[in-house]
Parts: sequence; structure tokens; C-alpha cells
Amino acid sequence: MDLILSHINYWVAIALMMIGFYALIARGNLIKTIIGLNIFQASVFLLYITFGKVSGGTAPILQKNTELYSNPLPHVLILTAIVVGVATTSLGLALVVKIYESYGTIEEDEIAKLDAQEEN
Amino acid sequence: MLSQLPALQVVIPLIAAPLCVILRNKEISCLVSQAVSIVSFLISLILLQQVLNQNVISYALGGWLAPIGIEYRLDILNTFILVIVSGISSIVTIYSKKSIEHEIDSEKIYLFYTGYLLMFSGLLGMSITGDAFNVFVFIEISSLSSYAMIAMGKDRRAVSASFTYLVMGTVGATFFLIGVGLMYAMTGTLNMADLAERLPKVYETKAILVSFAFISIGILLKLALFPLHLWLPNAYTYAPSVVSAFLSATATKVAIYLLIRFGYTVFGSDFVFIKYPTAEILASLAIVAIIVCSLVAIFQTNIKRLLAFSSLAQVGYIILGISLNNLNGLTAAIVHIFNHAISKGALFLAMGCIALVIGSVKIKDMEGLGKKMPFTAFAIVIGGLSLIGVPLTAGFISKWYIILGALDKGWWVLAILLLLTSLLALVYVWRIIEAMYFRSSENVYKINEAPISMLIPMYVLVIMTIYFGIETSFSAGLASEAAKFLIGT
Repeated sequence: MDLILSHINYWVAIALMMIGFYALIARGNLIKTIIGLNIFQASVFLLYITFGKVSGGTAPILQKNTELYSNPLPHVLILTAIVVGVATTSLGLALVVKIYESYGTIEEDEIAKLDAQEEN
Repeated sequence: MLSQLPALQVVIPLIAAPLCVILRNKEISCLVSQAVSIVSFLISLILLQQVLNQNVISYALGGWLAPIGIEYRLDILNTFILVIVSGISSIVTIYSKKSIEHEIDSEKIYLFYTGYLLMFSGLLGMSITGDAFNVFVFIEISSLSSYAMIAMGKDRRAVSASFTYLVMGTVGATFFLIGVGLMYAMTGTLNMADLAERLPKVYETKAILVSFAFISIGILLKLALFPLHLWLPNAYTYAPSVVSAFLSATATKVAIYLLIRFGYTVFGSDFVFIKYPTAEILASLAIVAIIVCSLVAIFQTNIKRLLAFSSLAQVGYIILGISLNNLNGLTAAIVHIFNHAISKGALFLAMGCIALVIGSVKIKDMEGLGKKMPFTAFAIVIGGLSLIGVPLTAGFISKWYIILGALDKGWWVLAILLLLTSLLALVYVWRIIEAMYFRSSENVYKINEAPISMLIPMYVLVIMTIYFGIETSFSAGLASEAAKFLIGT
């Protein structure tokens, strides 16, 4: 129990990672795949932020009377990764729109069926 | 000025990309891409000259010294990769004009070149940077633009192929990000040279093992080693011809460079190859990749798809070279990055010519092409011979070194196996040659040879394929210098 509570952030990150990964690999709706991808990336963001936490430290803002503060570098890195995540999501959604326009469906198995028909 | 070259190498294409959007003109954006590629190529050659003189160049971005700031670090290996990427890009952009006008809607062409330049700068950045997190940023820059460019293909399957690549590519990049995070948590640094110094102290921890696993799987997804290759065949088949040529010649190669960089420099070969059985895992996956993907290639009816599977098999050879972990093996891997880039580049460019002239890349539509398009057909023959590894072509040099490497390691069964797999390549190359030269076409309508503006860049690659099969002091010479530098002898 102690192990779970003291590392609660890590457990949450792992749980989110698995949920996101499952949504990603389970064949189905393409929008759901994108959502899975987002959850998966968010779990990594959480992991990074947890690395940056210094126990007892405050927010990394320069002010009087504070000696101990959290490591700000992971926050900055994740800011970059969030921007990348937003770009990936928007590009992914744009592709889904194009897929819907040309196939008329966004279900992965139906798209595979249509592709197979075209091959023959 | 000269000291700023490492930054300019990445910054020039990065600035040229929005310039194309502002200008909104297809002719000018094409010219801009050509000029930028050639300037980058010249810069990379000057950098190569400097690296040969002084071994390592370190460039502190914004004047912030490493390990605090982001460092661009050039050694002989990544400068060689820069030369390959920018050289191929120069040839591909000069070739691209007619092919792109044929395959992409005319009002979208300037956007195509924008994406192309972004991807180009991303690939250069991945090669040049000495900072692990910076690698992630550049991976995403190049990947996001390549998803967009693949989706520009004419067939609707291009879009679904691009979506698959987006999902798998993002998973790969995110895995890489997790690995970098764990390394940072254990060592407190992101600079590669600094990591290489601090990692040995924490070799024993589980976190570093996990970090290594995440990083290598992330990179293997990007370089499409069997069984993580599922995104690649469709992406190469349905992307515009120019994109297929550029992706196969450079994008997977830069990912392979990252594997070498993280394996040898950051984690160190003691950790990767001696402490853990990475070599055995990589070697067995590579052998399966070579055999399975060559067999699949034999049964393809679409030549671009055939070449995509052949690329997967060739990636297998490169990974096998890395996994041998000796001088000849590593030399083979690095020289094959170069040799495969030029011969597969030539083949995909030839497919672009065929797609332009006859509008199809199916094997049945290529019958009798040897007479109708003699120059293009001959280019395919030379590229194909290089894939098989026939002497006097570049592919032979790589095969030679890899077999030497296997014998050095005492894996002589592997050496025989490698010779046998060349026969598989012979079969799929023969299928194309047979269709082009030994079957006459039923179509009587006259077709012309591809335009000269496409033939010349293609023939530059074809001549290089032959030239570097005979005179190897540039390709194999640099590769073995790089291998010596990595192994540290």
C-alpha cells in the first residue's frame, strides 16, 4: 500500500499509458485512435512533471525566502512536447476528415475492406 | 561566418519553408527548394572538410555552452549523414519539378515544397544535434511534415497510409521521449556527450535498462525494422514518387544513424552489446527482415510496393551490420546507408519517370518498356544490380564488408546465408527486368522517354551507383573512419 501511495503519480502515469495504448491499438473508430494517442502522450507529460518535483520544493519562481524549488527543466521540455502533441492531433484530425471525404467512413475495418476491394 | 555553418545547415531550410508559404508561387517555391538544398549540400561539404581536419566540431547554440545549452556536435559519422541527406535532396529537388506538377494539384505545389523543406531541416537537425531532447523535437518536425507529404498522393489510400504512419510514428517518438526522460531522471543531463560520461555510474539500475528499451524500440519503429515496419509499404507505395524517393533514401537512414549514435556513443557498446544480448536480438530480427521482406517483394505486382519491401530487406542488412559490433560490420552498415540511398533513390526516381509517362507502376504495364523508355529501363537495371550486390556496383561493396564482418565474428553460417539472400533479391529484380526487356507490349501507342530534366538527376545517382562500386575511397573510406571513431581504435 505504501508503495502505491508514495508513487501515486507513477502509477497513474502507467495506467493512463496503458489505457491510451489500448485505445490506440484496438481497431475501431479513427477519432478514438486519436483520443487514445492523446491520452498516451498525456501520460508521458505527467511522467516528466513527476521527475521534476523536488520534495518540499515550491514552484520555480524567483522570490525572496525560498531556497528549495522544483526542477523547472522538465516543465519546459514538456511545454515543447505539448506543442508537438497539439500539432500531431490537428494533423491527425485533418487526415481523418480527408479519409471521411474519400471513403465515406472512419471505421478502420470498413476502410480495410474498401481497400481490399480496390486491390482485386 | 565559417564558424556559424553548423547552425546555418539547419536554419536555412527552416527559414525557407515559411518563405514558400508567403510567396504562394509554385515556380518560385521549387527554385527556393533547389537553391536551399544545394546551399545545404555545399555547407555540409565544407563541414566535412573541417571535421576531417579537426575531428570534432562543437557549436554552442546562442552562445550557451554545453552541457547547459543545446550543442550541435559534428563528428565524421553525422557529417557523412549530412552530406548524404543534403546531396540526395539536391538531386531530388532538381528532379521534382515535372513529376510534382504531374502528381499534385497545381495550387498545392507551394505547400508541398514547404513541407519538403521542413522535413529536410528536421532530418538535418536530427543528424547534427548533440542533445537528446532536441533529437525528439527534430524527429517530430520531420515526421509531421512527412505525414502531410504522404497524404498528398493521388490515390485515396495515401491518406489512410499516412494516418497509419502518423499513429505508429507518434508512438515511436513518444517511446523515444519516455526513454530520454528516464535518462534525464537518472543523470540530470540531456547532452549526449555528457550522458555518455554519466551513464556508466548508473548502468546497473533498472531505469536505464528501461530507458534503453524505450529509446531503441522508438527508433526501430522509425527505421521500420521487421516486425515494426507495418506503416512503411503503403506509405511508400501511395506517396508521390518524389516523396518515396526522398523518404527511402534519407528518412529511414537518419533513424538508423540515431540507432548507431545512441548505441555506440550515448549508451556505449559495452552496455548495449556486452551487458545485454542486443546484438543477438537485432541480428535475428534483421535476418528475418531480410528473408521475409525479400520473399514478400517477389510476389508484388506494384513496383513501388516491391521496392518498399526491398527497402525493408536492405534495412535488415544495415541493422545486421550494426549488430555485428566489429569494425567491418559497422563499416558495412555505414557504407550501406550511403550505397542504398543512392541506388534506391535512383530506382524510385525511375519509378517517378514511369508514373509520369505511362501513368502506372504495375508490373504488367511495364512490358516492353526496355525499347520504349531505354534510359529509364537501363537506370532500373543498374539500381537493381546494386540491390542484388553484383560486383562493380555500390551494393557489392556493402555486401563485401558485411560478409567480412560476419567472418570476423566467426558467424560463417551467416555469411553463407547472406550470399543466399542475394538470390532472393535477384528474383525480384529479374521480374522487373523480364517484364521490361523480354516481353513485348500489346499496346501499340507510342510513348516517349521521360523529360531530360528528370533523366539527368536520375542518371547522376545511377553513375554514382557504378562509380562508388569501383572507387570506394570516399564512401567506404569515410565509413571505416567513422566506424573506427565509434569503436574507438
